[in-house]
Amino acid sequence: MSLYAFIGALETGLAFALVALGAFITFRVLDFPDLTVEGSFPLGAAVAAKLMASGTDPWAASFAGMAAGCLAGFVTAFLNIKLRIMHILASILTGIALYSVNLRIMDRPNIGLINIPTVYTYWENLGIPSLYVPAVLLAIVVVVAKILVDLFLSTGIGLAMRAAGANPRMARANGVRVNLMIALGLGIANALTALSGALFAQMLGAADVSMGIGVIVVALAAVIGGTALMPSRLIPMLTLACVLGSIVYRLAIALALNSGAIGLTASDVNIVTAVLVAVALFAPGRNFAFLRRGVRAGK
Amino acid sequence: MIRVENVKITFNKGTALENSALQGIDLSIPPGQFVTVIGSNGAGKSTLLNILAGELRPDTGKVIVDGEDITPWPVYRRSAKLARLFQDPRAGICENMSIIENVAIASARTSPRGFRIAITSGTRQLAKERLAVLGLGLEKRLDDRVSLLSGGQRQALALIMATLGHTKVLLLDEHTAALDPTAAELVMKLTDDVVRTLGITTMMVTHSMRQALEYGNRIIMLHQGHITVDIGGDQRASMSVADLLKLFQRKEGTELADDQLLLER
Repeated sequence: MSLYAFIGALETGLAFALVALGAFITFRVLDFPDLTVEGSFPLGAAVAAKLMASGTDPWAASFAGMAAGCLAGFVTAFLNIKLRIMHILASILTGIALYSVNLRIMDRPNIGLINIPTVYTYWENLGIPSLYVPAVLLAIVVVVAKILVDLFLSTGIGLAMRAAGANPRMARANGVRVNLMIALGLGIANALTALSGALFAQMLGAADVSMGIGVIVVALAAVIGGTALMPSRLIPMLTLACVLGSIVYRLAIALALNSGAIGLTASDVNIVTAVLVAVALFAPGRNFAFLRRGVRAGK
Repeated sequence: MIRVENVKITFNKGTALENSALQGIDLSIPPGQFVTVIGSNGAGKSTLLNILAGELRPDTGKVIVDGEDITPWPVYRRSAKLARLFQDPRAGICENMSIIENVAIASARTSPRGFRIAITSGTRQLAKERLAVLGLGLEKRLDDRVSLLSGGQRQALALIMATLGHTKVLLLDEHTAALDPTAAELVMKLTDDVVRTLGITTMMVTHSMRQALEYGNRIIMLHQGHITVDIGGDQRASMSVADLLKLFQRKEGTELADDQLLLER
């Protein structure tokens, strides 16, 4: 793998680590499969790009995108809690609606950000080689986000959120407003996802309405794969596993596509991802008796 | 402490399955009293408990706890005043969280939760002191996952969790029924000790006549949505399980149809 390919995989992995942290909150903490991210990822990008194109400071634009993502999470929560639509379906509805919303926000399918100052421009002006800037900056953002998520989950409200996901009846009996926790968790997760979208678009040089396709699978690959590789029950270790899972996933994909020997092309990414997620869901805790039997027979 | 005024509830109203589970319950429980509730299946015991806990809303009537009309309050809001132990030992705790995390969740029941770190040295100290009372060694296993505990240990932990904070009322929903006899005996003894020490007003639904006589200081019998027997004091103290069984049969007006009651006498 070339240095360019390695850095490219690393920075993409770091950008998606934010989505993975969000998916950890929804999928693992709240037990709420949230597909809103397919819409909130491009939403963050669209809001940030639109604002930056009209001259807004790139960080302010990114945070505005983050706020929009948080609202998208609240919409899913509303559909689920108030209208009693099944969780996964509620999130699909929000995600699909956001596709139109994103087109409205941008007025067209994409906005280029090539000649507009981005969050990375400032760091390039500091003299850091431009190849490394996104990786360095994203690493800082991811570390800060990870620590904030860890701290949040250890507060009284964070613990209540974990109880709401693990045992809603027990949580209610202990005074936890389970619905509020679902809304809060979805808000935080989609804010992280939208921030990821905003930072990713600035790295890519464009926000595109279709950039959200497959985001959920990538996030699940990071969460499920990461926690399968590093099983733990300590929250800081689990969030670390999600971040590393996101990076390892991208490196593995880059390696597979670059090796040439296996004969995979870029169009095979999705099936490789799906197989990886399926294996990571199946493998942990199995003793693979059928494999061992074969070994014993061979002896 | 608890006042139930003319509470009525009908399930499946207007259908063939219409069932008047409670048909006008009036009940007043003074502070510190430990009431046991018996009755055959379908008599309305669990319905009454669920109405107190807030999982069901009565069609008519009022529930007043600690001087406040809590009839419209949702479950999470009621939890500031009353705590509950479930029959299923898995229902009252979070299995995949540690003992101390469970205690921290429960201890915040009667106070607002915030953005402060939940588990402090103070929480640990409190957990140690309260769990030591059980004599099960749980105070030395604060960071163990609850899924490692036995059913009896889980119910004992749930008992301590339920009595943290400023719990005024404790609701016990056949909380020893899913345990083996030894564990059931232990949990029942611990419950009695804790309730007496803290002077918490308690209502226990049970299938066991013996339990109903041995613990608490008042017995209520429900039959077809009515309170048919309500005895306390000397009359109750001089009663044997056989007496209670006879009374039960007379009130039911039938041979005992409920095998479980016979088995558990």
